[in-house]
Amino acid sequence: MNTAYNFAFFDEGSKREIRRATLKAIAIPGYQVPFASREMPIGRGWGTGGLQLTLSLIGKTDVLKVIDQGSDESVNAVNIKKLVRDTTGVEITELTREATLIQSRHRIPEVPLNKDQILILQVPIPEPLRFYEPQESVTKKHHAEKEYSGAWLMLFEQIIKYGSMTTGADHPVMVHDRYVMAPSPIPRFDNPKMNHSEALILLGAGREKKVYAIPPYTKVVSLDFHDYPFEPETFQDKQCRLCGSTGVFFDELVDETTGGTVYQCNDTSYCIETLNSVEALGGVK
Amino acid sequence: MAGFESPVISVKNLSKQFGPGCSNCQGARSENLIKNYCQVCGTVYACRDVSFDVFPGEVLGIVGESGSGKSTLMQCLYFDQDTTNGEAYLAAYQNGEENLFKQSSQQKRYIRNHVMGKVYQNPILGLKMDFSSIGNIAEKLISAGHRKVSLMEERGTELLDKVNIPVHRRKEAPKNFSGGMQQRVQIAKALSNNPPLLLLDEVTTGLDLSVQASVLDLIKGLQRELNISIVLVSHDLGVIRMLADRTMVMLEGRVIEQGLTDQILEDPQHQYTQQLVHSLL
Repeated sequence: MNTAYNFAFFDEGSKREIRRATLKAIAIPGYQVPFASREMPIGRGWGTGGLQLTLSLIGKTDVLKVIDQGSDESVNAVNIKKLVRDTTGVEITELTREATLIQSRHRIPEVPLNKDQILILQVPIPEPLRFYEPQESVTKKHHAEKEYSGAWLMLFEQIIKYGSMTTGADHPVMVHDRYVMAPSPIPRFDNPKMNHSEALILLGAGREKKVYAIPPYTKVVSLDFHDYPFEPETFQDKQCRLCGSTGVFFDELVDETTGGTVYQCNDTSYCIETLNSVEALGGVK
Repeated sequence: MAGFESPVISVKNLSKQFGPGCSNCQGARSENLIKNYCQVCGTVYACRDVSFDVFPGEVLGIVGESGSGKSTLMQCLYFDQDTTNGEAYLAAYQNGEENLFKQSSQQKRYIRNHVMGKVYQNPILGLKMDFSSIGNIAEKLISAGHRKVSLMEERGTELLDKVNIPVHRRKEAPKNFSGGMQQRVQIAKALSNNPPLLLLDEVTTGLDLSVQASVLDLIKGLQRELNISIVLVSHDLGVIRMLADRTMVMLEGRVIEQGLTDQILEDPQHQYTQQLVHSLL
């Protein structure tokens, strides 16, 4: 542990300020709370929002898991883990079940989260109306007046152009019947996991200087139309080529030897865990 | 006819000033003003005590030179600007018992989305230029609470057909359209939720004559067919003569003359109106 820095890198005042913004965000589900985003040893847009939340919340007894698009071992995840471990000395895990804090880029883990866990999502663009209205002063008014026709209009345009809603990720959601929120670029597959989630979900945008939250057991509904209901991606009849799982979010890969399409769990720790249990059952020693 | 008709919109003593006002201008009553401008505090009195009623199916024309307060009046009616003073009552909102200008911003948005339509002089103000034409119409329907794509698509196509936009161009963005086409998309958008009141602010200004004629034709046709009430602002007396049943003449923020359009044009009473009518080429 590097003792040249304060515990968890930040000074106590900074951590308190970020926690204060976080508390306000939890009190108003889905509302974007501005906060004084700090300079970080990684570039803005590389997870600084999530990292600031993690650093402000982490305690000595916490167990941290960091994932980057489902992977525990990508460069980004590894470096964030290194930074937190070097400045706090907390335990790092890859098992979703063991973690108390999970910082994630663009995925919610496959293993259901419980009430003792906090999920922290990194957010590039927190404003769901940004591509409809570029001015922050105007979108703020839209939120205040619950004027969300722009969010539906963007979906309508997709249907008119392509025949269905085409948001691959970051499909807007209505939180607690009040605020429309960008769920960060998680696949549509993960949107339903936010509804009545047992774990607290925090979202941090470092570059855009916003924090927002979904408290446990909050109603989260993905936007849709009566005749075009919201549908998550389906992977019917698909199976993980490594562990044989079904009904999870898959990466689609091309097998270079055969040229065919293969599927593989996107959540690497889930895949390894399943593989291990399959081996244990099969009695491979 | 049984009894008197009640107005669709009734505006009473609408005033709008830009600036704080001072003892020199005494709330626009003073003689020391230069036109409607106070030299001491720099306040501009854009609209002063404007009152009028519009009845079902009626077209009210408003004429006046530039700077006379026509557009400010329209912006106040559509809540694009706050009013300084005055009241307005809409028959379609709370039975005409609530002053519109006293409502919360959410309620004002509701009124805009449900019972009014507006066509701006500049299509950039009224349309989302990067969204499809049919999407622009859907926007108004979505904000009025519609959540069914097939219904909105049908309504949008029907309206675009009505304003003579070819069906195969309905998915195109208005930024690719000519000025006249953009104006027609705006009209289709304003009409999408069957508003009882339509506000038209200089709709034909800047269009060439043949396009002007077709846009005017369209408005006249739609107005007869759907029996909507229209408040029409223009400085073009030809447009007023063709469309308006009644006309108000504004000068320096005040209504200086009003009456039947023919009457105003044939027998103007006020000196300014006389000058205006006689300068018609």
